[in-house]
Formats: sequence, structure tokens, C-alpha cells
Amino acid sequence: MSAILAQQLDKIYPTDPPVQALDKVELDVKPGEFIALLGPSGCGKSTLLNLVAGFEKASAGSLTVDGKAVDKPGPDRGVVFQEAALFPWLSVWENVIFGPKTQGLPASSYEARAHDMLRIVGLSDFKNHLPVQLSGGMRQRVGIARILTMGSKVLLMDEPFGALDAQTRLSMQELLLTVWQQLKPTIVFVTHDIDEALFLADTVYVMSARPGRIQARITVPLSRPRTIEDTTSENFNAMKREILKQIRH
Amino acid sequence: MKRLKQFIIGILVPLAVLAVWQIVGSRQDMAGIVPTPLAVLQGWQGWVFGASGMGLNPYSGTWLSNVQYSSMRVAQGFTLAAVIGIPLGLMIGWSRLIAQLFDPLVQSLRPIPITAWLPFSIALFGIRDMGSVFLIFLGGFYAIVVNTTQGARDVERNLVRAATMMGATRAQLLRRVVLPAAMPSVFTGMRIGLGISWTAVIVSEMVAVKSGLGYVLWDAYYVGRMDIVLADMVSIGAMGYISDRLIVMLERRVLRWRILQNH
Repeated sequence: MSAILAQQLDKIYPTDPPVQALDKVELDVKPGEFIALLGPSGCGKSTLLNLVAGFEKASAGSLTVDGKAVDKPGPDRGVVFQEAALFPWLSVWENVIFGPKTQGLPASSYEARAHDMLRIVGLSDFKNHLPVQLSGGMRQRVGIARILTMGSKVLLMDEPFGALDAQTRLSMQELLLTVWQQLKPTIVFVTHDIDEALFLADTVYVMSARPGRIQARITVPLSRPRTIEDTTSENFNAMKREILKQIRH
Repeated sequence: MKRLKQFIIGILVPLAVLAVWQIVGSRQDMAGIVPTPLAVLQGWQGWVFGASGMGLNPYSGTWLSNVQYSSMRVAQGFTLAAVIGIPLGLMIGWSRLIAQLFDPLVQSLRPIPITAWLPFSIALFGIRDMGSVFLIFLGGFYAIVVNTTQGARDVERNLVRAATMMGATRAQLLRRVVLPAAMPSVFTGMRIGLGISWTAVIVSEMVAVKSGLGYVLWDAYYVGRMDIVLADMVSIGAMGYISDRLIVMLERRVLRWRILQNH
């Protein structure tokens, strides 16, 4: 069964004139697969992510996650936002346990896991810090730790590293791959950065703008685990040229 | 050295005003209209520390009780305004239905100055505490409701999305996301509202009750005790300042995250 299945998905915003953000989008993501939605700004990749998250409703077509039709946001689909979207009045620890605590689960059922996830993202020493006291990269790591603590099987990431400097971005990408290899969630990763998409994903969906369409579906043949050296190989550059051609098309 | 210099520069103009006041107050034709600063201090001293003398002299030893009367009324009216205004403002800002129900009422009553409510308030509650407390409540209420509503409307969309994604119900969203996110605006509303509450207590005590700093202010004017009038004015200013500082202290504790954010 598919983890995420979108068929003939349309999204039209009823503005004047109406804007067609998505046009008959097809998506078939296997459990544990890492896919990237790649495209220029305005191609509808964030809209597609918001539909899967349940933040917005499709105008037509069907969309299921784990075989169930998506109708509202839920802890099974953890979202990592571009600007982290942590609660600035809560400590790192309170942010990380917000999900299970809000759902009324007993503390014993999530505290050990929350400690583990903070350790995995390297923030064990920052539990009592407020988000404002952290760097941009650290905030994103809290954002990742909090959805891992919820145990989301699907991770939806909306250009999560877009605002970070090049060095931090690279270490975050490596961290994400480590986490993914350990826990094997299904990941939908939105980006406009070709290198990032190729380095991270099993499958890259190239999208085109106005209306947003899936232009190409490219399987990345690089073996796992990947390292930064892979991004300078001849193979990698060939794929990059192919995608550039698709985008310029 | 630098701080001393700043201090000296800072008190130059106030000292000049005091000097002009002393000169004007010493003139023969100003007798009974403008008392000198020294006369005000003396009058104030008697008002604060004088023997209460079985109520024969209303301006001897009655300062503290009048300050207490006024402060109690402000505390009651303002607390009522916050207790009703904060939840209502959150609901108006958060729920379209509640906004449709209450916003027209709040917006149409708000332009009526609180002083215009005075006769109606006296008719309703008589010359009693309640009439004063009602006006203070109104004075604080609008500022708190309007600012809280704005704060609740301005909650970052992604914070709401993050919370729903993590399983928050609508009630939990209101309490755990909208309320804390609106807190800076709530405090802005409370500080503005408290200032208006002090205006309301003075106006209402002049007319609607027989005690407090506002009552003494008007009463002292009638019997020509301008030293008490001026001492009373300074007292009101001081109380307003102190109560504002109390709110700011509370704000610093509650909004530690916000203060760190701005540095």
C-alpha cells in the first residue's frame, strides 16, 4: 500500500480571476520513501504539502495517507515549517513534548522518547532554553525533534533549511539523513534547491509553475548512505543537468 | 561622572518650573489661587500625618484612607474589566461567530466617553461605590477588549497550524496558543486601560461618591484649600505611576520570552 497517494489532485483558489495552483497532480509515495518536491517558487509545491498536511482542502481529486482520506491535520503527519514555528513562550523541552502532552497522553509514554529525540538532534543540553535563545539551525532541530517525539510516520518538510547558511544547511541535511536511516519515516521534502533534492531524496518530483504540474519523476540512483562527496560526482552532475533541462523546458 | 551629568541635566527644567511656581505663588495677587510648593508640602504633611481629630478637619490625617478608597475602587473595577475583557477579547479575535455577535455592540458603545456614562451610572447605582466601580470597569474594559482582540487576530498562522498538526483541539488552541501569543497585546491593553481607570475613578469620585482622592480634590477646591488640591493631584499621578509599574513588573515575569526576543 502507498503511504501517500494523490490522484488527479486539483487546487483552485477562488480569487478573481481564479488561480489554479495544482493541475491533476499524481503522487505515489511508498512507506519509508524519501521524496523531494522540486520547483521554482509559485509552482504549487508548498500547496501540495499543505494539502497532504490537511491545512488546505483539494478542489478535486483524491488524496489518501495510509489508505485514509485526508480531511484535517493530525499527528500522523508531522510538519516541519520553514521558520520552525516553535512556540516562543515554551522551553525547548515543552515544545518537544507539546504534541503528546496536548493529546493527553501520560508523561511516562513519551518522556523517554523525547529525551532520545533531543539527543539524536544534539540538543540535550538545551532543554531549558527558549527558542529565541537558539540559532536558526537549532530551532529547526527542535522542530524535527518534536514531530519525531509524536512518532509521525509521515514527515512533511516545507523548505526547512531554506533560511540557513550553507554550512548549517549541509549539517542539517546530514542530520536528516541519519534520522531517516534510523527511524525510516516517509518524508516529503519541499525545496527549490536541485542539489538538496538530489542529495536527500530517493525520488525527485520536478514541478512546473502556473498551473502547478508534476513535470517529471526522477529516481535518484545514488546508493545509501550518501555523503557530501556524492554531490560532486559525474553521475550527480549528469542528473543535475537533466533536471535543469526539465525546469527550463 | 557621566551619570551625575545626566542627572543634573535631567532636573534642570523641573527645577526651573519649581522656581517659577515659587515666584508666582509668592505674589500677592495669586494668594488663594496658586500656593507655593512649600505651602503644598506643608499642607500635604498635615494631610498625611496630622491628627485625625474626630473628622473635624477633613484634611488632617486622612490621606492614606482616601488613597485606599480610590485604589480599592480602581482595583475592583480594573480586575472586573480584565476578568471579562481578556476572555471576551480572545473569543472575538478567535471565533468569527463570537465576533459577529459581540463586535458590533463593543464598537458602537466604545465611542461614548466614559464621562458621558456618569449620570446614567448614578441613576442606576446611586451615590455608592458601585457607580464608581462601574465607570472604572468601563474605562479599563474597552482598552483591554480591543487590544486583546487584535492580539488574538494577529496570532501567526503557522503556530496555529503547528498546534493542530500536533493534535490540539479548538479549546486547547485557544488556551495554549492564542492566549499566550496574544499576551503582549493583553498587557498593552491593560496598561492603557489602567490609565483610563484612574481617570474614571477621579471623575466618578467628584460626582458619584463621598470619599477618595477625586472627592477630596473637588471638596478642597470648594473650600479654597488649593494646597490640598495640588497635593491631591500629585498623589493621583504617583498612584497612577506606581500601579503602572506593578503591571510592568508582572509583564516582565509573564513575557520573559518576549523581552529576550527584543534584545
